[in-house]
Amino acid sequence: MTATETVSASGLQAQERFKKYKKKSQFRTIWNRLKKNRLAMLGLIIFSVILIIVLGADLAFDYEADAIAQHLSQRFKHPSWQHLLGTDQYGRDLLARVIYGGRISLFVGIATICVSLTMGIVIGASAAYYGGWVDNVLMRFTDMFLAIPHTLMALTLVAALGNSMLNLILAMGLSNTPRMSRLVRSAVLGITEQDYVKAARSCGAKDSRIIFRHILPNAIGPILVQATQTVARSVLTISALSFIGLGISEPTPEWGAMLSEAKSQMRYHANLAVAPGVAIITSVLSLTLLGDGLRDALDPRLKN
Amino acid sequence: MSDNLLKIKDLHVMYRTDDANIYAVNGVDLSLQKGKTLGLVGETGAGKTTLALSVMRLLPDNVGFVTGGSITFDEFEVMKLSEQDMRLLRGKDISMIFQDPMTSLNPIKTVGSQIDEVLELHHPEQSATERARQVDRMMEMVGIPANRKGEYPHQFSGGMKQRIVIAIALACNPKLLLADEPTTALDVTIQAQVLTMMNRLKSQLGTSMILITHDLGIVAQICDEVAIMYAGEIVEKGTVEDIFEGTVHHPYTVGLFGAIPNLKEKTRRLHPIEGLMPDPATLPQGCYFADRCEHCTVRCRSESPQMLRVGETHRVKCHLFCNQSGV
Repeated sequence: MTATETVSASGLQAQERFKKYKKKSQFRTIWNRLKKNRLAMLGLIIFSVILIIVLGADLAFDYEADAIAQHLSQRFKHPSWQHLLGTDQYGRDLLARVIYGGRISLFVGIATICVSLTMGIVIGASAAYYGGWVDNVLMRFTDMFLAIPHTLMALTLVAALGNSMLNLILAMGLSNTPRMSRLVRSAVLGITEQDYVKAARSCGAKDSRIIFRHILPNAIGPILVQATQTVARSVLTISALSFIGLGISEPTPEWGAMLSEAKSQMRYHANLAVAPGVAIITSVLSLTLLGDGLRDALDPRLKN
Repeated sequence: MSDNLLKIKDLHVMYRTDDANIYAVNGVDLSLQKGKTLGLVGETGAGKTTLALSVMRLLPDNVGFVTGGSITFDEFEVMKLSEQDMRLLRGKDISMIFQDPMTSLNPIKTVGSQIDEVLELHHPEQSATERARQVDRMMEMVGIPANRKGEYPHQFSGGMKQRIVIAIALACNPKLLLADEPTTALDVTIQAQVLTMMNRLKSQLGTSMILITHDLGIVAQICDEVAIMYAGEIVEKGTVEDIFEGTVHHPYTVGLFGAIPNLKEKTRRLHPIEGLMPDPATLPQGCYFADRCEHCTVRCRSESPQMLRVGETHRVKCHLFCNQSGV
């Protein structure tokens, strides 16, 4: 056969070809597509800058002295070179608090998606893929939890488990799980019926492989969008929990808590609310842009 | 008859839905020898695809059930294999080509990685380099330049996608290929190309094939044996010569041939078979074809016909030939 001959005759060429194939790994192609999307890159840059600032906070500030210790003589200072964003009602540097607050808010926000995404994918995908009684049992449980308001559930869980960072993440992750499971289920449901899933089964692929390699990558769009929104929601939920003393407790800076605390000073010292507010908006917006771009980049059909 | 690769005996398949039990396959007997091609012909809903899916044991969960009979593939009792053993068989020894190439490839994976997947599943001992070489070989074999393996399905035309699907199906050198209307979704010129290619590869690799189709032209072109299916039963089977040149036929087969245009004879109209196939949820007593048959007798209404021997290899399931047959 001529084709076989060509291949064997040019073993070196095949090697070369293979290298090219290997180099163009999936991650690489996705990255190349993502690079072309300006908004997504903007999101990525903003979010990276935020992360760098937040993680490098110790270079500019001293956590104990600037963000925690109270200097009552310095309270409600207007922005100046010494305090770029002014000070709060206890005389603490607002900029330092916003930056240190980001550590907690972003960490809890991202950890929350990780928890709810993992649980949601496992529950939602198995419900949709196996159907029948598995679907019924899992979804009735999900419905049951969906009936409890999201914040109330997080609150109950924190109250029951005790007030700590880990429990907070767990509680928020779990309270986001029902919504995520529903979403994953509906996204997966349509794809389970596709011919290429049947074809994968006819090739002898295992259920887990079909779900993770064939179905989920095709269902990633809505899941990614929901995940980025979850970060925003969880920052706000922490603030609600902090407000009633179940989230992050007072001297520790955290965006949501700072926001709710600034409420009483809104009228005369709006900067106290604006600073954490802008921080929340910027990080959520950059994550959303990145999420949207990532969704497009994951779908080769949208490539131009 | 020890060289039979696939032997289906008295197979019954039922779909259980909330409203009704649908009898999709009703007592099918089939055997296929190594290296041969069997054409499975019949109209929509005759149970052809169901038959193929039962061989793969891929009937939809909780709905489709094999209610009787046996399938023997290469010494294996298919119905008795564990799910794990079955998985090892699928894609390696038996593989299937689906009807629509547009939807049977995963849109977000490169075609190369989809061919690679089946190799990875069944030849875990091969290194990535070896597999990549095999992927190249398969692509060249179906006539697509190997340097296109990094591209996605939407970048290929329908005919090329079907070639990729065929490459996937043949990657592990299967013993049996189930082709479920592989060319229905393609236009006629591409159909011929794909079929010729399939036929060539099949004989190169020594694969047996069951070709499901409703196109008799295709059957005449590439099949060795033919089975005509109607309402879940095989009503006539034999070699291609028996079906296309024989004088004795089941009335349904006669109808099928009457419904295709003939260039040699001058006719104004085609002769479709009047009526519809019986509802598989409520099959009538006696012969299932009785309602549409012009030779229908009282006996046809009450008694189900036997498979009668009308030639060396030719069998017909009809009361009409009771006297002619040796049985």
